[in-house]
Amino acid sequence: MRILLTLSAGAWFIAGVAAQPPQTPADAGQQPDRIATTITSEAGAPARFAVPEFIPLSSDAETVDAARTIGRVLFDDLNFEREFALIPRDIYTTIPAATSFATVPFDRWREINADGVIVGTVQKLDAGVRVEVRLFNVRTRQSAFSREYTGAVANRRLYAHTIADELHQQQRALRGVARTKLTFNSDRDGERLGGTVESRSVKEVYIADYDGENQRRVTTNRSLNINSVWSPDGRSLAYTSYRRGPPNIFIANIYEGTGGELTKAVGQNWLPTFSPDGTRVAFSSTRDGNAEIYVASRDGATLRRLTNHPGADTSPTWSPSGTQIAFTSDRTGTPQIYVMGADGLGLQKLTSESYADRPTWSPAPYNEIAYSARTGPGNDIKIRDLATGQVRQLTFGEGTNESPAFAPNGRHLAFMSTRSGKSQIFTIARDGRDLKQVTRTGNNYQPDWSR
Amino acid sequence: MMRSAVAKAAAVVALVVITGAACGKKTAPVVRPAPPADTGATASDSGRPPSPPQPVNEPVIVPPEPVREDRISSASLDDLNRNSPLKPVFFELDSSEVSGPGRTILEENAAVLKKYGTWAVTVEGHCDERGTAEYNLALGERRALAARAFLVSLGISADRLRTVSYGKEFPFDPGHDEGAFSKNRRAHFVITAK
Repeated sequence: MRILLTLSAGAWFIAGVAAQPPQTPADAGQQPDRIATTITSEAGAPARFAVPEFIPLSSDAETVDAARTIGRVLFDDLNFEREFALIPRDIYTTIPAATSFATVPFDRWREINADGVIVGTVQKLDAGVRVEVRLFNVRTRQSAFSREYTGAVANRRLYAHTIADELHQQQRALRGVARTKLTFNSDRDGERLGGTVESRSVKEVYIADYDGENQRRVTTNRSLNINSVWSPDGRSLAYTSYRRGPPNIFIANIYEGTGGELTKAVGQNWLPTFSPDGTRVAFSSTRDGNAEIYVASRDGATLRRLTNHPGADTSPTWSPSGTQIAFTSDRTGTPQIYVMGADGLGLQKLTSESYADRPTWSPAPYNEIAYSARTGPGNDIKIRDLATGQVRQLTFGEGTNESPAFAPNGRHLAFMSTRSGKSQIFTIARDGRDLKQVTRTGNNYQPDWSR
Repeated sequence: MMRSAVAKAAAVVALVVITGAACGKKTAPVVRPAPPADTGATASDSGRPPSPPQPVNEPVIVPPEPVREDRISSASLDDLNRNSPLKPVFFELDSSEVSGPGRTILEENAAVLKKYGTWAVTVEGHCDERGTAEYNLALGERRALAARAFLVSLGISADRLRTVSYGKEFPFDPGHDEGAFSKNRRAHFVITAK
């Protein structure tokens, strides 16, 4: 219950910040109306941005720490999408810090070839803080982006994430992922199941920010809880739990602290995935004898069977429009990826790997399916372009690499890898660059990225 | 009317005939006096005073012969599963086929299940770490079903055998070599009721 309460509090704060409309500062006089607000660099290279530390407007420790955190997290958030070339911080440590928006040393920023500089202030209020941020065009010295937020000081990272998302949207028409979250399952609590011959570790469902911060436990039933996935609105998780013995699919509404059971003890039920509109859940079940793909309404009231084959059909994933479902089937003897219509018709075999599983359909504009393929002793992540049929490989034999999941803008993937010893969650750009380890405690498996 | 009157007359005649025949065989009961009770001993000792009563000994309690139960049927479910008479069956990589040694083990398990006809058993399907977590759920279920089907073919009632797949979530041996893998690709039997 304590965890649920904490989550509820978190939800309130998130809602609090999100609901705060961006206010135009009163003293924005120097900003002309709608003129050249997009900062570009020369010759098509990405614009070079600097993000110096935010300016604390009071010297108390809390404000100073908040200013410091927001600046650094904003730097990382912007760096993640690679839309801007961020000038490393150590290059501008000698540039004197501004004390307000009026004292930005533009000449000095010009010297290090910055196209834009992001300046922010943090002001302590009676309750919480006010965070103001502007993106200045270094050449014109005009503000190209200006926002102001108020809210709890505890959510310092969320201010940075919000600024990053809004900046990407305004400057690049890009939907950033700084406020998205990951879910995965973990054995980090070290709790053991009782009454078994060998030592069996429980696994609980966790959530975290996209950068691995704020890791929180969602389930507390001391059983096996796996296959967690986000609902499209990011407020619910569906997952497989063995809490009643056989595996069934449960739904957790994490900000309400409520839940539901989608399936009730008929056969084995695994691998749920929400339809893009959130009204249905596809999953795999053995209720009719062997593993087949089913689609249930979210409340479990209606159920439809989509496959009918003695081979095992598992791991469904929806196309972004919800009209097709890709899944794994071993009907030819080895697990391979197939695609069918959401009505179960028009089956098509997609892969001819020695072993392929966990298809994940990319969001638009990319039309791709990522999966885990056996490439040697272990597996690697591969991506198949559905238009051209071309396959590219993202990982290359370091440990085993499984369970790819796309970021909601399709530019990154999260996956599980054993390359660092234990099983951990990593993120990687869709071109295979920028590998980043997200979890470090215990073993962590089967990530899914919120929409 | 006429017909029923005739039938009634015939019935009466028949009854009289039967009764007459029965009376003819009947013999009158004879009462004989019972022989007197044997009082000879009492009569011969009547001249002497009665001997003092024998002291009544405290009866020695003989511990009852215990109903001999074997170790297996007296053990608790937890103890039973910790040292189970039902042995696990092992599988090849990516396979859910019961091998020759596997069949021998299942025949022994079937014999145990026939001896203890009330046991209910959950057949767990497990995999090694080399497949993916997702597909191994289906593979584990296949292994559990293969072991269950073999037991059913040996005459064990299907009602007593449930299946559950844990994929690669619960390795028996946490190692990362073939020695560990071969122990992890298994159907494991858990006794859930006696």
